[in-house]
Amino acid sequence: MNHLDALPPWAAILVAIFVLLGALFAFIGSLGLLRLKNFYQRVHAPTLGTTLGTFFMLAASITCSTVLHARPIYYEILIGVFLTLTTPITLMLLVRAALYRDREEGSLDVPHNRPGE
Amino acid sequence: MSHDLLEAVIILAQLLLLLAMSFSIIRMLRGPRAQDRVLALDALYVNAMILLLTIGIRSNSLLYVEAGLIIGLLGFAGTVALSKFLMRGQVIE
Repeated sequence: MNHLDALPPWAAILVAIFVLLGALFAFIGSLGLLRLKNFYQRVHAPTLGTTLGTFFMLAASITCSTVLHARPIYYEILIGVFLTLTTPITLMLLVRAALYRDREEGSLDVPHNRPGE
Repeated sequence: MSHDLLEAVIILAQLLLLLAMSFSIIRMLRGPRAQDRVLALDALYVNAMILLLTIGIRSNSLLYVEAGLIIGLLGFAGTVALSKFLMRGQVIE
């Protein structure tokens, strides 16, 4: 570790907190993906890692590179904007597909088509 | 002192993310239906992107952020194509 020694102590502690929180959120999200019972419950778990996990890790990356390079570096925000736009689209498509498949099979666990739909 | 803490925390975070990726892989191999596997693939690429960001912090290189952006783009395209395939049985109609 050579370049991280150039960080002042407050920045090092801030980056450490952000990195730890981001990794914990991603870990909890994947744990939920493994442990929850039903597909429609499991859909919710990984979004914890997609939103909070990614945002804390991006904050850590922005803090670290901005302090180290002594000029604002914030193009990591692009990843955040992109994920915020794409995650709802993918999950809605996926859940629509799953619902369609379950209804085609006549599964009793999902609500049936309403007449207007 | 705080730099040793930061180094230890980054290594701990990488281990946590590796565990998260292995959970996703277990779900992908085990998942009872196809939509579970697609969901696990989605979680897997997000975790891989976060892991790349921690590697970028550790190695002081801005290139890893761009690699993470590309992983996000291709993962989005892949998940949308797979969902479309699950819905209709073909990707492009």
